Amino acid sequence: MEKTVTSKQMLGELLEKHYKTAIDAKAEGKLVAWATSICPQELLETMGIDVVYPENHAAAIGARKDAMRFIQQAEGKGYSNDICSYARVNMGYVDLKFSEAENIPMPDLIFCCSNICNTAIKWYENLAKVLNIPIIMFDMPFNHTFDVPEHSIKYMAGQIKHAIKQLEEITGREFDYDRFKEVMEISADTARWWKKATDLNKNHPSPLNGFDMFNYMAIIVCNRGKIEGRDLFKLWHDELAAKVEAGIGPWKDQEEKYRIMWDGIACWPHLGDTYKVLKKHGVNMVTSTYPESWTVIYDTGDIEGMAKAYASNYANRNLDYGTKNVARLVKEFDLDGILYHSNRSCKLMDFRQYEVQRRVEAMTGIPSVVFDGDQTDPRVFTLSQYETRVQALIEMMEKNKELRRNG
Amino acid sequence: MNDLKSLLDELVEAGSNPKKTVLKSMQDTKKEAVGCFPIYTPEEIIYAAGYLPVGMWGGPTDLKLADKYLQGFCCSIMRSNIEYGMKGTYSFLKAVAISTFCDTLKCICENWKVAVPEIPLIPVVYPQNRMIEAGKEYLNEEFKRVAKELEKLSGKLITEDAINESFEIYEDFRAAMREFTVAVSTHLNTIDAKTRHLVIKASFFMDKKTYTLKIKEITKELNALPKEDFNGIKVIATGLIAEPTALLDILVENNIGIIDDDLSQESRGFRVAARKEGTVYERMVSRIVDQRGCTFLFEEAKTRGAMLIDMVNKHQADAVLVIMMKFCDPEEFDYPIYKEEIENNGIPILYVETEQQMDSAEQIRTRIQSFAEMLTVEV
Repeated sequence: MEKTVTSKQMLGELLEKHYKTAIDAKAEGKLVAWATSICPQELLETMGIDVVYPENHAAAIGARKDAMRFIQQAEGKGYSNDICSYARVNMGYVDLKFSEAENIPMPDLIFCCSNICNTAIKWYENLAKVLNIPIIMFDMPFNHTFDVPEHSIKYMAGQIKHAIKQLEEITGREFDYDRFKEVMEISADTARWWKKATDLNKNHPSPLNGFDMFNYMAIIVCNRGKIEGRDLFKLWHDELAAKVEAGIGPWKDQEEKYRIMWDGIACWPHLGDTYKVLKKHGVNMVTSTYPESWTVIYDTGDIEGMAKAYASNYANRNLDYGTKNVARLVKEFDLDGILYHSNRSCKLMDFRQYEVQRRVEAMTGIPSVVFDGDQTDPRVFTLSQYETRVQALIEMMEKNKELRRNG
Repeated sequence: MNDLKSLLDELVEAGSNPKKTVLKSMQDTKKEAVGCFPIYTPEEIIYAAGYLPVGMWGGPTDLKLADKYLQGFCCSIMRSNIEYGMKGTYSFLKAVAISTFCDTLKCICENWKVAVPEIPLIPVVYPQNRMIEAGKEYLNEEFKRVAKELEKLSGKLITEDAINESFEIYEDFRAAMREFTVAVSTHLNTIDAKTRHLVIKASFFMDKKTYTLKIKEITKELNALPKEDFNGIKVIATGLIAEPTALLDILVENNIGIIDDDLSQESRGFRVAARKEGTVYERMVSRIVDQRGCTFLFEEAKTRGAMLIDMVNKHQADAVLVIMMKFCDPEEFDYPIYKEEIENNGIPILYVETEQQMDSAEQIRTRIQSFAEMLTVEV
């Protein structure tokens, strides 16, 4: 009898395989690249280059409470405690090269895309310098207009062509455009299944708690261009769809009382605490601004479309887009409230957060709170502040519900 | 000498009082002003459009209103600019131009639209992949887009003659600034750290044509003087900006002279001359393409450390002074890299962290005093 594999098992296996394959590739003398989380990985996949993602790795180290060793190492070198903690963990790892949590091989190539932030440019520039290895840079100009301007698209398409040449020089192999098309198709498919699965949370009750979504995010980052990644999200989707069909909510021992959005990256070192406080009160995080970043969809073979899709990441777009996007999520996911993570590491997300919060509240009428935390530096977050803010959010959401009940 | 003293006094005064200087320049030129956020704002285009480009480098002010948009861990120059904008300090500006060189600047650009809606915004987005053809073409297009926005603002076309003339004024200004800094390097008794900074800073608030005449005169007067023996400590300053003023006072008190700099508000803005060939816009692009060692422009070779070491050797400087504007991500990322390179070359390095709204500079004073004592003992 064929053994049934759950998506959770598959997730674990794929993650293990992801890290092991990269370590084995390095041992066999193959090229390994370090890349930013929402980069055009299609190019590396086409070239058969193994890729690991320092952001994923730093998050794993943070979640398994091993970040401080690396952070202290980086700060000892002169990195300010004001800069992104993913970068500090990673720069520390470059020196120490071992974590009890998870390990990655040292890179032969740096692959950076600025659609997530300009911080990545500085961080990856440093990696290339310290490790004395080549860097491929995709610069995606900030969109202060609602849509991506034409001359930006042309510039980015030019960079993709330039990167292909760089890859051919680095590997000594020709770029296979047929394989490129295949990878583009798989990548778009994976993204579609990822979106379809996470969209199932629009149901009442939602079949998933958002913290599980954070776990699955590891694979959308590192396996987007692989068939296994697509298969995982398809399986996950089917499981969630079955739960929806059966009316099963996110928890066995708790009802979904409030539906909220989490703005920004998780507090990886305090994942358990942040989750438990919400669950205790029946608050389910059904969506977040963040995961949709990997819904990178474009027509196969269309390089300009690909460039535009990557440049359209919400972090790279203006306030009007950011606001409209959150207001849309409020409506589509029928949210009761929003929890904004003022993430000390991410200035790009933070310094627009207050205005987005005000506008979304005005547009939708749902309450929200902001709490202070950090994606990997455990020193920033305090549980008591978090609990107080969540409590305040619950009170406001309850009041709203009461008003609705009373007509 | 009297001419030199009065010219220096005039520019020091101008650099010390931005608003007063700007208002006077507007009156003298009968032009409306357009505010230019740091850094590399294409002032030539603004000038060609008939406006007076003026620098917006923050300043000491109580931060209250800006808290509506920005958390406390935001760069103090940007918090000040938003605060001033919201307070109405910039009400005389026709528009502002903001370049989006870092994550903070991107957000400032977006917040400005809401926080100070009465002053229109012209964003400028520079390419980081500036050395490849696609990057150069993009920047060319971007400059032209900025020109169009300015034409919309003024209701007048920017003629080819106007942009050509404006670019020549700016190239002449930049060449004059390079000559001035060379002249200062041999006259550190006459031009102390504070004077150097304020004289350069004045250029942001005056019509460039007028300013250039004055700075050329100063350089001429300096060069007519014998080269000076400076018995203090000669440093190369690096960072965003040599402020607050208290920092400069402490440098002067400790007989520390700035023999050359790698500061965004100073030499980074004028150390590169445009290439001779091409259209004006292509020549403007070439200045960005040819810039090296700047924290805001991606550079695979990351030559800032090597550049600072060369500067120390060229001037026989005693140390590198790092003026770190707190919360400036790009600067904070560069520091560990060039620090190691500089230290490996046996060059002393002094790191001071500053904010524009510092209640007390006592900590900086102590650091600088001990550093000065240490270097004096070594000498």
